Amino acid sequence: MLPVERRAELLDLYSAYAACLDDGRFGEWPDLFVEDCHYRVVPRENYDHDLPLSTMELHGTGMLRDRVYGVESTLFHAPYYQRHIIGIPRILDYSDDEIAVEANYLVIRTKRDQPSEVFNAGRYLDTVVTTQQGLKFRQKFCVFDSELIPNSLIYPI
Amino acid sequence: MNVAQVTPVGADPVTPWANDGCSRIPARVYTDPHIYARELERIFYGRHWSYVGLEAEVPDAGSFKRTAIGERSVIMIRNRKGEINVLENRCAHRAMQFCQERSGKVKTLVCPYHQWNYNYDGKLLGVPFQRGVKGQGGMPTDFALEDRSLNKLQVAVRNGIVFASFASDVEPFEAYVGDEVLKYFDRTFDGRKLRVHGYSRQRIPGNWKLMMENIKDPYHPGLLHTWFVTFGLWRADNKSELKMDAEGRHACMISRRSETLDKDVTQGVSSFRENMKLNDMRLLDIVHEPWWGQPTVCMTTIFPSVVLQQQVNSLSTRQIIPVSPDKFDFVWTHFGFEDDDAAMTERRLRQANLFGPAGFVSADDGEVIEFSQDGFRQDPAFETLCELGGTDVGDTDHMVTETLIRGMYRYWRKVMEL
Repeated sequence: MLPVERRAELLDLYSAYAACLDDGRFGEWPDLFVEDCHYRVVPRENYDHDLPLSTMELHGTGMLRDRVYGVESTLFHAPYYQRHIIGIPRILDYSDDEIAVEANYLVIRTKRDQPSEVFNAGRYLDTVVTTQQGLKFRQKFCVFDSELIPNSLIYPI
Repeated sequence: MNVAQVTPVGADPVTPWANDGCSRIPARVYTDPHIYARELERIFYGRHWSYVGLEAEVPDAGSFKRTAIGERSVIMIRNRKGEINVLENRCAHRAMQFCQERSGKVKTLVCPYHQWNYNYDGKLLGVPFQRGVKGQGGMPTDFALEDRSLNKLQVAVRNGIVFASFASDVEPFEAYVGDEVLKYFDRTFDGRKLRVHGYSRQRIPGNWKLMMENIKDPYHPGLLHTWFVTFGLWRADNKSELKMDAEGRHACMISRRSETLDKDVTQGVSSFRENMKLNDMRLLDIVHEPWWGQPTVCMTTIFPSVVLQQQVNSLSTRQIIPVSPDKFDFVWTHFGFEDDDAAMTERRLRQANLFGPAGFVSADDGEVIEFSQDGFRQDPAFETLCELGGTDVGDTDHMVTETLIRGMYRYWRKVMEL
């Protein structure tokens, strides 16, 4: 079993991740990843059929920062709040410096003047690694069940 | 609301148009349920070809894909002879939409309700208890299996792309598309085998025509989309051509990426970012492919149901499935070619970040369509102004015009008789 202290550290990473996005601190989002990370938002339909297309697929923190610039500066969209509800992480595998994790998530979207709605439901398939600055994501795949994206998906999941 | 302009329930729609032109489009064209009902009947279920899918999606006999034309559910399935059929997903018995999986492979098509059983051509093979049980019950003597096939649509397959029509008297697909647009259709789809990369699905809260208009509107990309104007992928100084079929219903927007910048087209354009640099240039690692020729982008609209996209190395079909007057589903199928090497496949997938529901240049198209629809809803007396480049309809060798939108509405008014 993963030692309790490492598990606690892992929970801190997930709560920090949710807080970063839900607060809209997108500029800090890439800091939760290692330099050569792989981030995907992918429909379950594609993932289950080994189809490689993602809704968003970014390699490395440079691309993550390019996405953040898009979100904050170039993509026209109606603003909305996000609220991430992340389930208890399930440890799939671990070694001294790496943990493979699966965690269910739900993202609630609240647009101005509108009631809150379930925006995206899925699971994270992550690889978390130990660095000198603590735990970070090397892989984060957001595999979502939601069959239809309600119009557009702007912010990271 | 002006009550006199609202169509009474059950009546034929009254034209919302103030004049004979096609450059000022009344809000009700996007909101009126009676007009929408007539569109389904005359356009989606009438003498038009609608996109169904790619042959590559149904590789073997019995492979199927479920989709929709208008609001009617259909199944594309390959038969034992290798032909593609498109069958309505509705059991001849109790109308059940028996196919609920999106894709797969079956031995026969079976409706689970009473196990009516159809072959890949939609022929009814048998029904349980046809001759009764122990001499009791059963179908009437005049019941004949051959009278109870699934509804089978007209099908056109061109170089791996499948279209279907509910109308038995629809003109041949090639005549429907017309020589000019067909040339650009064949530019991408020249018979090379396709490889499906995957799907994106979004529900856009706007009238379905707004998406057709978006891809017939070369005015917006260099203004709304920072990435297009900044990186020269679509900009008013690009060498471009707009082409239509004789009816004005289909169109191609063809353009060539600029390496140099004409300051006139970025002066005062707030979306232009002169000093914008990507942290990771792999997002725009563009490699010219020989089949492009000069153009680097060709966006084709085949009325009423599909957009064919080639924007540098990214390729997709984008299917429009209307859900109600103020909503449609937009289904993206990204693909490459079977002879792409691994680097090209990776490149196409990376450039897919520009497109789809989260795309750097496509996410905001869904947003603006939603807010146009909201604007139509708030005042049925409003009419849009599509008079950039005049009020007439015709091909051009520049992009500073809304002629393609006018072309579509000239045709729409003819077929809708409104």
